[in-house]
Amino acid sequence: MSDAIKAATLEYVTRLGDDSLVLGHRISEWVSYAPFLEEDIAYANVALDYVGRARMFYTYAAELAADGRTEDDFAYMRSDRDYRNLLLLEMPRGDFAYSQIRQLFADVYYSLVLPELVKSKDERIAAVAAKAIKETKYHVRRSRDWVHRLGDGTEESHKRTQKAADQLWGYTHEMFDMDETEQLLADNGIGVDVSKLRDQWHKDVSAILTESTITVPEDSWAVRGGRTGYHTENLGHMLTELQIVHRSHPGCQW
Amino acid sequence: MTTEKLELFEVFIRSKRGLDHKHVGSLHAEDHAQALEYARDCYTRRSEGVSIWVVKSNDICASQEDDAESFYDPSDDKPYRHATYYVLPDPVNNM
Amino acid sequence: MTPEEQNFMRKINAEDKIEPKDWMPDAYRKNVIRQMSQHAHSEVIGMQPEGNWITRAPSLRRKAVLLSKVQDEAGHGLYLYSATETLGITRAEMIEALQQGTAKYASIFNYPTLTWGDVGAIGWLVDGAAIVNQVSLQRTSYGPYARAMIRICKEESFHQRQGYEALLALAKGSPEQKQMAQDSLNRFYWPALMMFGPHDSESAHSAKSMEWKIKRETNDDLRQKFIDQTVPQIEFLGLAHPDPAIKWNEERGHYDHGDIDWEEFYSVINGNGHCNRQRIEHHVAAHEEGAWVRDAITAYNDKKNANKIKNVA
Repeated sequence: MSDAIKAATLEYVTRLGDDSLVLGHRISEWVSYAPFLEEDIAYANVALDYVGRARMFYTYAAELAADGRTEDDFAYMRSDRDYRNLLLLEMPRGDFAYSQIRQLFADVYYSLVLPELVKSKDERIAAVAAKAIKETKYHVRRSRDWVHRLGDGTEESHKRTQKAADQLWGYTHEMFDMDETEQLLADNGIGVDVSKLRDQWHKDVSAILTESTITVPEDSWAVRGGRTGYHTENLGHMLTELQIVHRSHPGCQW
Repeated sequence: MTTEKLELFEVFIRSKRGLDHKHVGSLHAEDHAQALEYARDCYTRRSEGVSIWVVKSNDICASQEDDAESFYDPSDDKPYRHATYYVLPDPVNNM
Repeated sequence: MTPEEQNFMRKINAEDKIEPKDWMPDAYRKNVIRQMSQHAHSEVIGMQPEGNWITRAPSLRRKAVLLSKVQDEAGHGLYLYSATETLGITRAEMIEALQQGTAKYASIFNYPTLTWGDVGAIGWLVDGAAIVNQVSLQRTSYGPYARAMIRICKEESFHQRQGYEALLALAKGSPEQKQMAQDSLNRFYWPALMMFGPHDSESAHSAKSMEWKIKRETNDDLRQKFIDQTVPQIEFLGLAHPDPAIKWNEERGHYDHGDIDWEEFYSVINGNGHCNRQRIEHHVAAHEEGAWVRDAITAYNDKKNANKIKNVA
């Protein structure tokens, strides 16, 4: 592995780890707040899948960095300016419609990214993707069914779902942006060219929204910055909570 | 508002290929499809199953205690249906 | 005794299980519903004090473990609600009784979780005490309850072990971490002993529950078992025992121990713990916030079924 590729790979798996941890954390905020007990259990499974994915990506990142850092250093010892997750994923928990719309956008995205990622020439990345694909099939089914129910349920649930789609749509565009790092990896068969997935994502998501009587939002606004560490105000608060105990006891084992 | 309007489903799980489905409990869900998904999350968190059945609780027709005698007693006097009824000599008893 | 009662008592005495469709005395049904629903509510309310630390767990491994543990509590609540429903009460009715305060849950969850150490203490001591009780309940006379207990016991030992392991890491860690562990032990030890309920002589439901084999061992016997098993575990952690009176009694073959503060016990049960109001308010708030979601499911399902009928016609 050339130095340039190695550095890019480290950056890339860190991004993927950040995505997984931030979304997993947001979902975990639902524990004991779900609309009924079965859903509490089911949604926690999704959170566990994402936290597990974060651990696998960070563990690999730590190996690539080879500077003595561990998965926990990646999660707990970087500030919000260093995090590289997509903005969509750091948005607050919101109500159940907001969370499920976010979940749909993310799950459909990963359902397209992972089948490409599994072909990665980097065996470690391919292995994580292979495990994640199975989980994501189930996630998409879940979020699709929820958006159907909420969108085409009562007047109130429809209103909440439409509002969530409108509020979150602007954060979806950056999911398909490529920068030099990702281009280099895509060219070398290690990473995914996400710009090529946009049309399919739009088609899949639009179909589900339309089936759910939700109007597909206009593309009039787009916020970007997650991959460069230019975050919304939400991430700082989230990390404050996530990191407080770990950082209060530097160098300790747990 | 309560979960009252969701339906009650009974869950049966086959823990291993080759074994019977076994009743493990129940849950509330909107329909069969959701019941299956929730059964997976609620009753197989430790890979307890390879196959799940869900049945609406209302669709189960159960025998009543009062019927028990007519239902089961007739088998009581047919011990010859059980293998242990037949006493064989030790050398060939392993069958 | 009526013939039904005789038949019922014959099964109880023969260690046969009572099954949902069997005839049972009303008082038995009520007693089992009370105990099972209280058990189910305890699992569900117990999600709150531990859930309080999911977002702050100090390592990713601990975060995943805690998430799956709290998820298990929800699962156990579900098993128990589901088993209780076989007695002809709905989950909605049980939840209503919880929210209106007519049904109780384990008082221990009215104590706040103030530090990460409390997550370890709850797993080790609270789940540990619960297991002692639940192992005994695997032989309870009501079939669905016994089967739910068998299932739950299998899963609970992970809970206790992860809690002890978390405290062990603290006890072997920095001085601050060790202090955290000692503090959690001090705060949760006595409430854990109270989980077994009042002395048998004071317990309102004990006698009948024993006769009907709903309960299989007395509060005091189970408590003693827990006290005995906990002493060496505290020693291994290198922490000070919170009970200065703890002392091995060769003659009894058990540890003697100090008196429980029953005034505190009744005070917390009667609503004066740190978190009594908070726990119920949290439950009510989540339930009410979920109402529009449950309404949406029903409405969606109605439309779907109406469409099916239309398509058939």
